[in-house]
Amino acid sequence: MDLEKIFKPDTIAIIGVSLTNEAHPANVIYNKNRLRYEAKTFAVNPRGGHIRTDKLYRSVKEIPEKIDLAVIAVKAELIFPIVEECVNSNVKGAIIVSGGFAETGFNELQDRLTAFAREAQFPFIGPNCLGVYAAPRMDTFFIPNERMVRPEKGRVTMISQSGGVIVDQMVKATAEGVGLSTAISIGNKALIKEADLLRHFAGDPGTDVITFYIEGFGKHEGREFAIAASECKKPIIVLKAGKTSEGNKAVSSHTASMAGDYQVFSAVMAQKGVVEAIDEFELMAFAESLSCYPRNINGRIGIITGSGGHGALCTDACISHGLVVPGFNEETQLAIKEVLSPVLSNIASYANPVDLTGSSTDDDFLAAARVLSKSSDIDCIIMLLLPYVPGITVDLGAKLGMMHQQEGKPIIAYVPHVEKYRIIVEGFNAYNIPVAHSVEDAVHMAEAMRKNKSC
Amino acid sequence: MLTKEMKDLLQSAQTYGWVMEPFAKQLLALAGMDVPQFTWARSPDEAISFARKVGYPLVMKIVSPQVVHKSDIGGVVVGIDDDLKLTNAFNRMSKVNGFSGVIAEEMIKGIELIVGATMDEQFGPVILLGLGGTTAEIYRDISLAMAPLCEADVSKMIRCLKAVPLLEGFRGSERVNIEALKGLVIRFSEFVMDLGDTMESLDLNPVMCSAERCVIADARIMVRT
Repeated sequence: MDLEKIFKPDTIAIIGVSLTNEAHPANVIYNKNRLRYEAKTFAVNPRGGHIRTDKLYRSVKEIPEKIDLAVIAVKAELIFPIVEECVNSNVKGAIIVSGGFAETGFNELQDRLTAFAREAQFPFIGPNCLGVYAAPRMDTFFIPNERMVRPEKGRVTMISQSGGVIVDQMVKATAEGVGLSTAISIGNKALIKEADLLRHFAGDPGTDVITFYIEGFGKHEGREFAIAASECKKPIIVLKAGKTSEGNKAVSSHTASMAGDYQVFSAVMAQKGVVEAIDEFELMAFAESLSCYPRNINGRIGIITGSGGHGALCTDACISHGLVVPGFNEETQLAIKEVLSPVLSNIASYANPVDLTGSSTDDDFLAAARVLSKSSDIDCIIMLLLPYVPGITVDLGAKLGMMHQQEGKPIIAYVPHVEKYRIIVEGFNAYNIPVAHSVEDAVHMAEAMRKNKSC
Repeated sequence: MLTKEMKDLLQSAQTYGWVMEPFAKQLLALAGMDVPQFTWARSPDEAISFARKVGYPLVMKIVSPQVVHKSDIGGVVVGIDDDLKLTNAFNRMSKVNGFSGVIAEEMIKGIELIVGATMDEQFGPVILLGLGGTTAEIYRDISLAMAPLCEADVSKMIRCLKAVPLLEGFRGSERVNIEALKGLVIRFSEFVMDLGDTMESLDLNPVMCSAERCVIADARIMVRT
């Protein structure tokens, strides 16, 4: 089934727009798309009439233009004939926002709808979902426009079984400066499941990284997902809910008793090179890191710091996340020493972490980073940039960014996230260097690269 | 592909839901995996004549469709090194419910591993490799992966075990035959894929790994009936 027009529609019909209730989900969706987004939007209600000055069409058939996507927000029991009409009118797909299906015990209705759509080759997202956010083209989330927190346009596509979780992830992405391509809430995932979306976005030119929030897979659905993941060349990140279970069933097989549901999930993800995040903060750090560096590293980290304490904390965090902080040999240490300001030569340390001390300047950070960029002992640099050091200027982010563009070795920066230092963060971001808001977060970013396609 | 002979052996499981050890071992040998020399003896004399052929020491294990966990009821005796011990062990086992003879087999030395498979609801056939023996479930030093497995998958499963230094030769002990172990796990994964939906779970436990061989000392095959 071709999903292209669900995510990139030129024309949208919002079905179920109310004449009397402005808070109705269909009205919220219609208003924001009609006023704010690029896709051409039409309102549908069988009673017809007008909503403000816009015509309310009685059916999709009545709309004078060819419709790519139907967004359906009517009572569950009214949906079947609407979907039939969409199929007959050659609509390319639907988002079924309405609840009242399998999640409330009406499995039969959902199964019937799914079987019909499959037979008709008519893809739909949902039911019981928020649908798709793909600014500036469209947004079917039934959240009033002024309440939306919108990340910058970017290259991460986020897919979630839960609507609440995806909205929260968008808030976090905005705070962390993670650029979003498309956000999708899949709800009951009756027809289009994670594996289908993975295959679609593996080929989407606007997506570099795909993240999933997964609650559970149906029978053999995990296998489908794993196979799709092993064929996808882009980084994939998953966050799993329901890791704990109320104890394994008593089974007579050792294997069955040791291979619990979550253990199997986690092992198969690692086997197929999918990066598993343990919580939503890791998910965001991983997304930021892999959208800058969609690659795999061995995990040998070089640390450059302006404070010995931060260097020690970062080393500990690296080790506890399975990364290595190799001590530099004499030759490398000397190479660093030679390029630093003379004032540092007796007070800085060069072994890894490289501690440039509070007497360092922009040029010292740049020179040390350039030496480490050329060193074959490490495959990633963590830069602990503390703007309290008097010799550091607000230009350092951009300067290191330019150097990184020349040298190519991944750099991850830690800069305290306060408004005062924002220009440094933006300097890094301008050159595609991820910036962590804590030392631990910086280490997560490096860990993401080590886990990515690591088999 | 399962041959006619293998399918017939699997058929024996239909009554009890699992394949008894002598049949399981024949099946695994037919699938290309290493099993000890063994005999299914219905009398002490049959076991003794087997001992004359392969030599002591031997292991003796009960065969009964009613006994899935043999060691729990004293149904496994190792280190039998003369005819008297053999006869005594046989006579004791003959009193167990459902007694259908014993397996007598050559005693294999090595590090005890477990190689298993289960039919996961979400991921289908999944393979487990870990530290084996009766304490497997206490230490839980295991790796899991979705079948079928490629060689890189198996290498990674081995690498991820805490016990990997034991396999690579710890404090002067011999390195086990890692190639034989990999070969066994890959063939096992192919066998599991061939079984398809008929499989419920498989335990090869222990698999005895030494510098020479990786041999399946015990096997339990549970099928869907």
